[in-house]
Amino acid sequence: MCGIVGLFAKTPEFESQLGHYLAPMLLEMTDRGPDSAGVAVYRNPVGDGQVKLTLLSTAPWFAWQDFEHALRNAFPGVTGLWLMGNHAILTAHAASGDLASWIRANYPAVRVNSSGSTIEIYKQKGLPAEVAHNFGVSQFVGTHALAHTRMATESAVTTEHSHPFSTGEDLCLVHNGSLSNHNRLRTQLAKRGIHFTTDNDSEVAAGFLTWRLMEGDSLEAALDRAIVELDGFYTFAIGTRDGFAVLRDPIACKPAVIAETEQWVAMASEYRALAVLPGADQADCWEPAPGRIYSWSH
Amino acid sequence: MVHHFDLAHGSTRDLNHALHAFNGTDSEAAWQVKNANGLHNLAVGLDAPLTVDIEGHVGYYCAGMNKFARVTVHGNAGPGVAENMMSGVVRITGNASQYAGATAHGGLLIIERSASSRCGISMKGVDIVVRGDVGHMSAFMAQSGRLVVCGDAGDALGDSLYEARLYVRGNVAGLGADCVEKVMKDKHKYELDSLLREAGVSGADAAEFRRFGSARKLYNFNVDNADAY
Repeated sequence: MCGIVGLFAKTPEFESQLGHYLAPMLLEMTDRGPDSAGVAVYRNPVGDGQVKLTLLSTAPWFAWQDFEHALRNAFPGVTGLWLMGNHAILTAHAASGDLASWIRANYPAVRVNSSGSTIEIYKQKGLPAEVAHNFGVSQFVGTHALAHTRMATESAVTTEHSHPFSTGEDLCLVHNGSLSNHNRLRTQLAKRGIHFTTDNDSEVAAGFLTWRLMEGDSLEAALDRAIVELDGFYTFAIGTRDGFAVLRDPIACKPAVIAETEQWVAMASEYRALAVLPGADQADCWEPAPGRIYSWSH
Repeated sequence: MVHHFDLAHGSTRDLNHALHAFNGTDSEAAWQVKNANGLHNLAVGLDAPLTVDIEGHVGYYCAGMNKFARVTVHGNAGPGVAENMMSGVVRITGNASQYAGATAHGGLLIIERSASSRCGISMKGVDIVVRGDVGHMSAFMAQSGRLVVCGDAGDALGDSLYEARLYVRGNVAGLGADCVEKVMKDKHKYELDSLLREAGVSGADAAEFRRFGSARKLYNFNVDNADAY
């Protein structure tokens, strides 16, 4: 069992309150996933030619200053490194692939949570309330966000195993469920150049989408292919630069509810997470059908 | 006298304790419950002819194991509403999530909009009337009782069912293993008409429905296999 919430602002006023509503939605899903939690937020897009990476240090005491010094020597185009707990937001005039390769080669304790122009991913082992507090989720201003509370079934409880998982530039995935063919798929995807950092089943789903998108599929086509190739139970929420998508497996054991008003669109594992939103009780509210892709974009 | 309970100021456990105080009695007390906000396990395990009105959407397992009580949810219901109901009436004015009325032995469950997957799974005597559609695998292994669907039914309707009778007015996406369409006799029309009236469904004529049931061809229906169990 895990909890998923997604929130998409339809007005600029609601964008300014995104975190104010996202945080209680996340907390409401605590008893679906008290092991760890994570948030992907889409905000503060960088300018043309720049990239934004969210970095996570897995070392307890990491010398970010030394890291920044070495990074700036290697990449003169670095425009900023902002620390937030054991995470950091890096912006640079550089190719995100080059940055990620350099970090992986020189600082194996630093992981790249996300890369793109707007996405930021924060995640951590521990109660959702701690994650919300540590990263100031309630203050987030942005266009949309996804969040996840994890109750581990398939792999260990660590920050690296927690969601969201990056699936490409400005793309991420959160998952409630379990995949049964993830080991075979991981081997096949690794041969095609997809890099995995854990033995987590959901990371394989993310890697699968990354591979299909690299092969030129649209997100819809990649998800259609996922319905065929991924064996197991899932409700996925997929964050994109412009919005988010929801997909349940054809058996649809894992719950999901969607609600929509003039101000916002939201999805959650359970209605009680949506109940905190303004006008939720009067909102158009439905359960997404099995095997059907739902998506919203700005 | 109407009792009021506000879930913004009292817990689910407080509500259920208060309702359970009537269990085993013939009290017909009326209860108004507000601020449900998707909470789980509301009004479960009732055993008295109470009338309970819940304002707002409810979470999992609302009115589970219900006996004698009339529970109305003025909103949508989460998974497992009226699961294992024994008797009484549960009415949902909105949609119901998966496995509504699962394993229920008796009583009447009315869903005024649509139910999602596995509606009436393993039902054992309950009557379920859905004004809208039902999702896939509805009435899976249904043992007895009646499922009435005024809209469409999803894939694999009535898979591996036993003695339950299924009535569908709209399209059926597909029948499950051993589920077949059967002749709609006058006695079935009469039965269906009574059910629709009891459920307060107007604008649906029993003559517009088709009936489905078990072909009784699966392994478990063959007496030669009785030794295997």
